[in-house]
Parts: sequence; structure tokens; C-alpha cells
Amino acid sequence: MRIDYISGNRAIAEAAIASGLKFFAGYPITPSSDIFEYLAEELPRRGGYVIQFEDELASIYAVIGASWTCSKAMTATSGPGFSLMVEGISIAVMTETPLVIAYIMRAGPATGVPTKTGQYDVFQAEYGFHGGLPIPVFAPSNPQEAYDLTIKAFNTSEILRTPVVLLSDASIANMFGKVLIREAGEIEIIDRRSIEILRKKGCEWSLDDVYEMKCVGDGYDIYVETLTHDEKNIYRPTTDVQRRLMWRLYRKIINNREVLFEYSFHNYGNKRCRNMIITYGSTFSSVSEAVRELNKNEEDFCVFKLKTLYPINEKIFYEKTRDVDKIFVVENNVGLYVKEIRSILRDKDVISISVIDLEYPDPDEIVERVREWL
Amino acid sequence: MAVAVEHPLDKYVRTEKLPTLWCPGCTIGIVMTSLLRAIDQRIREGLLRRDQITFVGGIGCSARIAMYVRFDSVRTAHGRTIPLATAIKILRPEHKVIVVGGDGDICAIGGNHLLHALRRNMDLMIIIVNNMIYGMTGGQVSPTTPLKLYTTTTPYGNPEKPLNIIRLACSLGANFVARGSATHPHILQQIFYKALGKRGLALIEVLSSCPEIFGRHIGITDPVKSFMTLRDKIKVKNNPSLDESEYDWEKGFVIGVYLDKDDPGYIDNLSLLYKSLRGF
Repeated sequence: MRIDYISGNRAIAEAAIASGLKFFAGYPITPSSDIFEYLAEELPRRGGYVIQFEDELASIYAVIGASWTCSKAMTATSGPGFSLMVEGISIAVMTETPLVIAYIMRAGPATGVPTKTGQYDVFQAEYGFHGGLPIPVFAPSNPQEAYDLTIKAFNTSEILRTPVVLLSDASIANMFGKVLIREAGEIEIIDRRSIEILRKKGCEWSLDDVYEMKCVGDGYDIYVETLTHDEKNIYRPTTDVQRRLMWRLYRKIINNREVLFEYSFHNYGNKRCRNMIITYGSTFSSVSEAVRELNKNEEDFCVFKLKTLYPINEKIFYEKTRDVDKIFVVENNVGLYVKEIRSILRDKDVISISVIDLEYPDPDEIVERVREWL
Repeated sequence: MAVAVEHPLDKYVRTEKLPTLWCPGCTIGIVMTSLLRAIDQRIREGLLRRDQITFVGGIGCSARIAMYVRFDSVRTAHGRTIPLATAIKILRPEHKVIVVGGDGDICAIGGNHLLHALRRNMDLMIIIVNNMIYGMTGGQVSPTTPLKLYTTTTPYGNPEKPLNIIRLACSLGANFVARGSATHPHILQQIFYKALGKRGLALIEVLSSCPEIFGRHIGITDPVKSFMTLRDKIKVKNNPSLDESEYDWEKGFVIGVYLDKDDPGYIDNLSLLYKSLRGF
């Protein structure tokens, strides 16, 4: 165990190494490139491979290929790059390929402001690929969370055999902070090879819908099928098989919502939480500053910070919001994730506070916008 | 009473996936058989291990070869076979990684990946089954469709000059470049046999006849006639020159090995660089 003073991007790279990363494929894109560059220097020394491909399409498919040799594999990108990768993510969903994508959001759309921040791509990370099966999305708000959630992302991808997105942004990428780095042995690292052991032993994960994974080199007849397939991996174009497959892939993630859903709750010493701000990612920094101001007038504000954007554990939402009057969702976009929250909290006032800012949203602006509703 | 007799190559085939989806008269089966014979020969000679062969196939009729062979096989999206195969080769360098696909899969949508694999002299065997048309989707123009030909997406004739895959591959540094034809299976088998022994990139373009789709466009839908039409256009040459690789439906095609060298492949270069770093 040691404490380092590092950036959010560096924390992701360190955690990936601690998780047992063996293969990184990528294409340079701001603000994710320093993950790539750091790993390019570090990973080969530890027996891994870091390869720059011709584009993001090639990168995601190389990661899929690597994962099918039972090596832990990842890539890092930003909005325009992720747009190219979505095709491959859908393939990874269907073929149940474990992989991790560090998605460092920047201001968009199109080429936007490459060096500046935004939270515009929350839905793309969750739903952006064809097939309508969302994948786990973790959203850190500081370097320490970037480190911890990267480890969680790898463990999740391995145990549930799914692509996982680690959704950071340009502010966290370049935010420096103290990070508690745990060495191998001090953290739980899950490998897909140990699924059967966990299944027998029993664990907090629901593994009913996860199948054992055999890899290239394990024998001569593994077969990876991208078409709709039955339990024996044979292509069957029937409604019955399609239903079974779709629901299994959906359940595999959603039935683990209790393990996957991470959050932190801050009541700042208030006895009651009358007004709640829900936020995630780098906007949390601005929100915690804004709340200090809002609480001066005894408005009883608390903050519910989401670290997992999918899947959500609705029970915790109901619990935390039971006695709350007003809920504000603060985001650095036009008001996106608020729609997810509204679909859960249908009997509450859920107010969208959208503050588009190329830097951290200005806390004063948040205070002003929230007070309009008090 | 018919008696089921096992084919000598059945051990290399996922017979549970048969029958194939290929149309009657399709020549992809000949390509697959020639390839399996070449692989079988290498295995019997102790030059290749069965558990060290990986097939990677994308989308298209010929990509389905990867679906029917009983080796480690990975299927993926249209055009994305080469990067996926590249990663497998890097992490499993002892494997012979074979990419199979059509002209549309590898040269059109996967063209950029092909270009960079060639440049890297990536240690892959890439088989492009060229039927000069998009067969599975019903007869649209492909990068290798002859000039002026009617297709469903060029109803007034194809205005594009077709791609000479051989010239492209030779210009970018592949170790082994050959053209074969499904109409000449013995020569094809020899080419595959040679290619299986190469380091670096081995690219084999295989001309194939497609009576059902391409045949309909040229007005020859009879499988035998379609086969013979292609066969009449083939000239066999030992070590043909690059100029003889000309790709022209009217003038015919020269098959043979266009390039055969032994430069270090990507894997050699990579392991050399990493050796000093890791000490192994």
C-alpha cells in the first residue's frame, strides 16, 4: 500500500496494471492519450502488450481478440473514438467478451473542444450500441475513485463476461489528488477462470446467467458466435432462442445491481435532507462547493453522488429520497441523466439543473439556479 | 440403402453446422476443402499442430468458412477480422492465425485494416475469396467488380475500376502474395500449403465463381458454365511478374505466387524489441 499524488488518468492506468491488464490497444485521442502513453512505457516491462492501431475500430476489435486469449484487455478513448467503437462493443455484448473501456469525455458534439470537459455522453456510454442491451458504467469523480472503480470495472467485466465502461471526463483526467494505491494481494482481483470456483463457493454475485469461458489455445474447438445462438452456441434464428438470449444477457447485468451500484451520500451534518442534489463525475466538485453556500441558509441540502450509472439499484434511490422534498440533478450537459432518475422517482419533483461549462460548472451558478426553485 | 461414409476431412469440420448456407454451384466449398487438405498435410508432416490453429472470420459467404471448420474459430463484425486476429497472434504467437473473408469484407469495409496489416508484415494468413460481388446481401457492387458491370447498386453499370489486390499487397511489404482460383484446386492447395509455412503476412486472393449472384449479372447462371467461364479465363504461371497480375475480367487472370520472401514479420520485430526489456 502506498500513497501517490497522481492524475485521474494515471490512476486508471495504475489500477489497470494492478488488475492484471495484459493487453492495451488504442488510438490517440485527447484527453485519454496519457493513459495510453503511460501504459506503453509500463506494461511491456511487466509482460504485457500495448499497441497503437490504425483507428478505434481496429482498437476495440483487437481488445476483443486479446480477451479471447483469456488475457485482460482494455482501451481508452473519448467521444469521437467511442463513436467508432460502438460497433465492436455490440459484438462484445453478444459474444460476452470481458473488456474495459476508459471513456474520458470531452466537450462535444463533433470535435467540440477536445481539451475541455463535459458530461454529454452518459447515454452513449450506456446505450450507444445496437442491440439495446446496456452495459455497466462506472463514473468516478476524483482520482481515488478512478483508481477504485477501474479495479471494479475489471472485476465486473471478468465475472459477468461483459464490456464495462469507466466514464471519466477531461477534468478528472487532469485532476491531481492523493490516491491510495493498493498492491496485488491487497485488493480482490477476479479472473474469469475463477468463475466456476466462485459459483461453487457461493458469492455476492448472481452467476446464474454467466457461462464458463473457454479461450483460444484452450483446445481446438472454441467457437465465438456473433449470430443469435442457443445455449450450445449454435446459430438459431428463432424467436424463442432470441428471447432466451436477450433476457439472459439483460438479467446477467441487472440481477447484479446490488453489487454493481456504488454511490456516496453526504448530508453535511444536517439532521434532515429536505433538498437533495444528485450528481456524478467531475460536477460533484462544483456541487459540494455549491452546497456549502446553500446550507448556510439552513436549506438542509444533501448530496447523493452516483458512482455507477448502470445498473442502478432503485431500492437505494427510494430509501434515500423517502423524506426529501425536492430533488435537483446537476449535470454538465443539457439535462440527460435526469431522465433516468425521473423514470425511477416518478412521484417526486425532479428538477434538472444543467450547467454547461467547459471547466467545472461554476458553483455560484449552481446556487443561483437551485435557489430559483426554493 | 445409402450408407453414411465419413469424409477424410470430417475431423476438421463442425459437421453439426452442416449443411452450409452456400448456394448450389458455389465454389467456396472447393476453397475450404483445398485449405483443409493443405492444413491436413502440414499436420501429418508434423509441421503444424491442430490445437495451434485459429480461424477468424467476419461477415459474408466466404467468412463462414470460419464457422464450419473445427479449430479455434472466432467470428466478428463485417470487415473487422484483421485487428482481432492481430491481437490473437500477438498473445498466442505459436498459433497459425488464418483470416478468411470475401472481397467486400476484407478489401472494402476492412480495407484500412488490410493496408496496415500488410504494412506491418503482420504474421497472419489472409485468404480473400474473390467472387467479385456482394453475394450474401444479394449482388451489390464490390471493390473487385469488373468495370461497367451491372450490379443491383450500379444498375447503369459499374463506373469504378476494380482493385488489384495482388499489386496492393506486393507494394506494402507482405512476405507472401499469391493468386489462386477455385477452378484449380490442386494449385490452390499447393499455394495454401506454402503460405502456412510462412512468417510475416501471407495473402492469398482466390478467384471464385458465384453462379447464383455474380452469374446472374453476367448472364451465366448455370453452375458448370459459370465454373468453366472462370476456368477459361485463368492462366497458370510459375513465378509470374507483378505486371502479369493485371486484374481484368475481359483479359483473364494469371494465377501463381507473385511474391515469396522471408523478411522478419511483426512478431519477430516485437519480440526482439521486448527481449532486452524483459530478458526473455
